[in-house]
Amino acid sequence: MRDARADVRRPVGLRLWLSGGWLSLLTLAAIFAPLIAPQDPLAQDLFLGRLPPFWESGTEPGFYLGTDSLGRDVLSRILYGARLALIVALVAGTLTCLIGATLGLIAGYYRGWPDRIISRFVDIWMAFPPVLFSILLIAVLGPGLVSIIIAIVIIDWTRFARVIRAEAISQGAMDYVASAQVAGRTKFGTMLAEILPNVLPTIVALLTLEMGIAVIIEAILSFVNLSISTDSPTWGGMISEGRISVHQAWWVLVFPLITLFLTVLSFSQLGEGLKDRFDPVLR
Amino acid sequence: MSAYLSIRNLSVALKGGGPILRRVSLDVHPGQVHGLVGESGAGKSMIGKAVLGTLPRALQVTGGEIWLDGVNLETLPPSERRRRIGATAALIPQDPLTALNPSKRIGPQITRRLVDILGWSRADAQNRALELLAEVHIPEPARVMRNYPHELSGGMRQRILIAAAFAAEPQLIIADEPTTALDVTVQKQILRLIAQMQARHGTALMFVTHDLGVVSKVCDSLSVLYAGLVVENARMRRFFTRPIHPYSAALLAATPTYTDPFGSLKPVPQNVITAVETEVSQHDRRTGA
Repeated sequence: MRDARADVRRPVGLRLWLSGGWLSLLTLAAIFAPLIAPQDPLAQDLFLGRLPPFWESGTEPGFYLGTDSLGRDVLSRILYGARLALIVALVAGTLTCLIGATLGLIAGYYRGWPDRIISRFVDIWMAFPPVLFSILLIAVLGPGLVSIIIAIVIIDWTRFARVIRAEAISQGAMDYVASAQVAGRTKFGTMLAEILPNVLPTIVALLTLEMGIAVIIEAILSFVNLSISTDSPTWGGMISEGRISVHQAWWVLVFPLITLFLTVLSFSQLGEGLKDRFDPVLR
Repeated sequence: MSAYLSIRNLSVALKGGGPILRRVSLDVHPGQVHGLVGESGAGKSMIGKAVLGTLPRALQVTGGEIWLDGVNLETLPPSERRRRIGATAALIPQDPLTALNPSKRIGPQITRRLVDILGWSRADAQNRALELLAEVHIPEPARVMRNYPHELSGGMRQRILIAAAFAAEPQLIIADEPTTALDVTVQKQILRLIAQMQARHGTALMFVTHDLGVVSKVCDSLSVLYAGLVVENARMRRFFTRPIHPYSAALLAATPTYTDPFGSLKPVPQNVITAVETEVSQHDRRTGA
């Protein structure tokens, strides 16, 4: 009596390939930006202002995606902007995940007073409008990379806490948890050895989603000029500048916007793809 | 003969609420099978959970003693209680679909008890697990050890849980409606398997069920519960020939027979229900609950 359920094979889907591909490409581009960027992203030349992208007439060689009103190369600025975006995504996403998931796991598994305290905090937190909250935080902390990361962590840990708490509650009610305790596992040991592996697929999916959200928040902050120092290129800053001259030079706005869109989409799709692939139970 | 598990006047109640178990007393003897029968919500499973220390959060033990191998568990500190339970008792749970950790392979879930509780080496535990899986008639045990739970059927999973329960040679096994979640055709096999394993290993078994037919096949003695009150403790033979309590008699009469499944299906008469309800409220008044 061989059970066919063991024979299910899950191929790496197109979704995983495309999103993973874009993100790898972006990561490589960010790492090697100084080598591959065709121009200095900060170099201004007013004679080269508002050059169109390469397929239109009136362009100069070496400025593939055109230039902004100060003559800075759009492609080079996007590449350098990717560095900040990815650092923020990675560091802020991971920290948010660690803090939020830990609190959610404790609240959902231990219940009782830890749950009451954590859940009340989450409720209060979620009543703040996130964008205003982040702007307020940066205003207090002062602009800079560390401030952005702290702001994202403070705003977004609740997302993890909520979801992981719910998952931990439903896993905690399963018989295998009771069995583990009958077999002599401690409460804390059960949480780490039995519950955590089962909420891990959700944590991974949320983590990648959070990375996308971190990119968006960073873009929002740089859009309102509250990101890192004003002369470093950021996607949000480019979108903000491009918005003003969109009728004369659409490319200054559109290219960073497309990059941002693809990046955020890839993060969320990567999460879904990974969850499908690593969740031991087909859902 | 002294009992291996002896429950005396065990009371369990909702925290800040009504009673769930009303001064339950019963004995489970070494090598014997003790059945717990009653309607849904009579508190059958809660007795097992109180013994194993896995009561739901909303419930608490409010009185009584649980003697396991001559030690009153209720007087032990939690860590010592957990260690003692882990070393001497095991559970065959009701729902095989949720009783195995979905993110772990079968092998480690069986061997863990041997490594953690008995301090065996991994290789020894591995061999023992293979033996056990063969003992519960699992084909290709070596392959199944590497499977994840979702890759196996419900009947297979229940067999694995039985193997896991017997793995560390516990003195007491609590089987909490082990066949309820299974298909009728599989139920019979599993029941026979549990009875075989129990006889071969000489384990004391507490068997929770609402099926008197099942009780008559596997048990040596039984307790009948109504609303958390033990209305009758009896040896098997005596119970089926001369039940003492009218509620027991009514339950027996309500068991459908194969020859006349619908004609024999009688509800418990209202006057019996009223009588037993009165008994419960008298008990509560007497104990001040």
